[in-house]
Amino acid sequence: MAKFVGKSFKRVEDPRFLQGQGKYVSNLQRPGMAYVAIARSPHAHADIKGIDASAALELDGVVAVFTGQDLIDGGVGQLPCGWVVPDCKIPERWPVVPDRARHVGDAVAVVVADNPYVAEDALELIEVDYEPLPVSMGARATTEYRAQQLHAEIPNNTAYSWALGDEDGMRRAFAEAAHVVELDLINQRLIPNAMEPRACMAEWDDTMEEMTVWTTSQNPHPIRLLLSGFTLGIPENKLRVISPDVGGGFGSKIFHYPEEIIVPWVARAINRPAKWVATRSESFMTDSQGRDHVTNVRMAMDATGTITGLHVQTWADQGAYLSTFAPLIPTALSITLFSGLYKIPGIWGEMKGTLTNTVPVDAYRGAGRPEASYLLERIVEKGAQKMGMDPIAFRRHNLIPADEFPYQTPVAFQYDSGNYQGLFDKLEEISGYGDLREEQKAKRAEGKLWGVGVSGCIEASGPAPSAVAGSLGSAVGFWESGTVRVHPTGKVTALTGSHAHGQGHETTFAQILADELNIPLEDIEVVHGDTGRVPFGMGTYGSRSAAVGGSALVRSATRVREKMTKIAAHQMESRPEDVYFDDETGNIRVQGATDEGMSFFEVALAAYTAHDLPPDIEPGLEETAFFDPSNFTFPNSAHIAVVSIDRETGEVTLEKYFGVDDVGNVINPLIVDGQLVGGVAQGVGQALWEHGIYGEDGQLLTGSMMDYAMPRADRFPQIETDRIETPSPTNPLGVKGAGEMGTIAGTVTVANAVVDALAPLGVDHVEMPFTAERIWQTIQAHS
Amino acid sequence: MGVSISLNINGEARSLDNVEPRLLLVDLIREELGLTGTNIGCDTSQCGACTVHMDGLAVKSCTVLAVQADGSDVVTIEGMAEDGQLTAMQQAFWDEHGLQCGFCTPGMIMAGVKLVEGNPDISDEEIRHGLEGNICRCTGYQNIVKAMKVAAQAAA
Ligand code: FES
Ligand code: FES
Repeated sequence: MAKFVGKSFKRVEDPRFLQGQGKYVSNLQRPGMAYVAIARSPHAHADIKGIDASAALELDGVVAVFTGQDLIDGGVGQLPCGWVVPDCKIPERWPVVPDRARHVGDAVAVVVADNPYVAEDALELIEVDYEPLPVSMGARATTEYRAQQLHAEIPNNTAYSWALGDEDGMRRAFAEAAHVVELDLINQRLIPNAMEPRACMAEWDDTMEEMTVWTTSQNPHPIRLLLSGFTLGIPENKLRVISPDVGGGFGSKIFHYPEEIIVPWVARAINRPAKWVATRSESFMTDSQGRDHVTNVRMAMDATGTITGLHVQTWADQGAYLSTFAPLIPTALSITLFSGLYKIPGIWGEMKGTLTNTVPVDAYRGAGRPEASYLLERIVEKGAQKMGMDPIAFRRHNLIPADEFPYQTPVAFQYDSGNYQGLFDKLEEISGYGDLREEQKAKRAEGKLWGVGVSGCIEASGPAPSAVAGSLGSAVGFWESGTVRVHPTGKVTALTGSHAHGQGHETTFAQILADELNIPLEDIEVVHGDTGRVPFGMGTYGSRSAAVGGSALVRSATRVREKMTKIAAHQMESRPEDVYFDDETGNIRVQGATDEGMSFFEVALAAYTAHDLPPDIEPGLEETAFFDPSNFTFPNSAHIAVVSIDRETGEVTLEKYFGVDDVGNVINPLIVDGQLVGGVAQGVGQALWEHGIYGEDGQLLTGSMMDYAMPRADRFPQIETDRIETPSPTNPLGVKGAGEMGTIAGTVTVANAVVDALAPLGVDHVEMPFTAERIWQTIQAHS
Repeated sequence: MGVSISLNINGEARSLDNVEPRLLLVDLIREELGLTGTNIGCDTSQCGACTVHMDGLAVKSCTVLAVQADGSDVVTIEGMAEDGQLTAMQQAFWDEHGLQCGFCTPGMIMAGVKLVEGNPDISDEEIRHGLEGNICRCTGYQNIVKAMKVAAQAAA
């Protein structure tokens, strides 16, 4: 019986944050610490002819200046790409460029000083002789034959081409189609902007030859692996990577970044602790960015509106280099979701990963799946329009029925479980869908622009079966580890290889273990983010932590319970099969016996005193398990947004928002709802305001929060969420990912609402973001 | 070339010598006074992560020079709870799940305290409007608004 799982508990991690005691990297200090600042290219593409640091070096308080060549001579390696699709060409990428900068913000020199203000002053004094080069911009334009080439070894600025699905089936579907709809659309560049800027601190122990690196990462173990094996060359057993409290990631803190190499390299070179903290401006020009897909999509239907085929061609801008997981996002995390919630027999997706003089693009909340949902739910909306059907009725007509799970799509994935009609039932109920349409009629009669947008989205979360990931290009496995350590006093330390940076694992994982071990929540401490304490782990992204990390902990807890059962049985002179963990007393008891049995503490202590253990039982009480999932989990959702548009100004107002999600079993509803609402806000941000804009010369025009429109509190109505729960059969908890569904659905739901509002003017598509200016132009062009 | 300043920080009188005139208040608080609860989230005065109270007003401490704080009363997030007893605003953020990564939280709480002060029946709209200068990337603001409403009532 679950006493903890399924209930809303306040988060145990909160008191430290509420009192300003969060252990963010930027808050940490080491004695004698030096400060690192980085000179960055102001040009999007330029040869570096020379660097004169003499004036900087004369400044009082400057410790050293290093160039890219200094680092190369000092043994640093290139940043590798961890996901290599067939025939993928990987560009050279040095942490500090030795000879050529390829995007605004590329690191060209490193300053070390006693004080951060002096380090900034010294940056101003470094003279870099740049020879600017022509730039190549635009996901698709960069592949044209006249385009400036970014890397000599990568012709046509095309790093890879990838395709998936049933090409013949797709062609047949279009040949036989009664109706075809088509859209050209852009999924614009986004800038993640976790509120904590990235930071890195390092300390070198010269005697022990040991390095400790503190970094704002979502996955410290893979960072240690990359630092050790590729970029810094310090043996893994002499290298400790700690990601303490991290202030949001959203994907942008998954990747291995140059500063994670530079800072420890400096700390060893000067034999002093060193720290670098990004300014927000640096975050804008160095954190991996998101989306930036240019797409043509066509959908085939029969005479009744049944979808029979889908053909997608996309150019995905990967920026100037391939960031750690960049090729994964448009390929195995995007094309694989083109079936959405629907039965579509003929799907064929083609993808090109291209290079431009921009900041690298990689996973950003949703990562490939929002791009898939966006193009699919936009074209489905257009299909409904074409058929003259209500958008929900059209979707219902095409949904995968609840009795067909597991469902094999033509694009590799097998969906685990779902009840998609049930999603829309609940959505219609909580939103009062019929009334929304009546309200819209009334508003339209008054001459108002009023739109109701619908979406139904799928996500693949919980990456991933390691063998599948390997076959798709991954350089790593995607299992997770979990250790349950019961101390002699009965207190528990749980070590997890996944990482929390806002998700609340210290609470949810403790809930899981409290149920598994039948002990109070407060007796469990969850530890993560430290390679010196946690055996190994793959970190957090792809909404994997509960499904994969939680499952690893369940597995180790089960082993602990089995061992405790044996010890208790032995000590109480009974058979293990008669021993049980009693919910009521918290004791470990024998069936039918009248005595109180043994307390959890007594059994734990017995395991450590080892005075009287069964012959085949070792002393101690600690288990580590590795969980490699058998499949992804497939969260799904149905959302509605209502928008009004001011005809005079083009301003869009989000009036109402409703979301129903199936994230499988829920461990902590308070936390899950928080994830869904926060996710929706991020998705809405893309639809309405956010856009990372570059000039034709490669300058980042939205380089600060003055220019890049972050979602603000006053722009949102109350977001109403609800859930249905179809447990996932692929993990012992029955959970699916909850961290990204809101973002995946939020964008296209609002996009469909805006197009619906403008439909009376004959509009069938507008590009995001729906700024007042763009909407005003659209209205003018259609009246 | 530095100047001397004195200020009251979380109720404690402090004098500092040799303060660079260009030093930002937030850097004084974080680096010189070691109170790292006040966060820095931007460099354009947009995010509000650095919000503290100065002479009874919520200010963005990245937008104030340390020397401007000479002679003033400054309260940071560390000065809120007394003996581990959370204030109504902190408690409400906890109860209503008003934080995820926690990075915006100190600034939100400091801004929120001043926002609801003397306004127990503050509306959602007033709170949302009042929070225009504080950015949260995680929560979508909904539970922050809820927490502030609860705290407004509790403080009344
Ligand atoms: S750090 Fe002060 S407003 Fe952002
Ligand atoms: S809780 Fe993460 S930015 Fe607000």
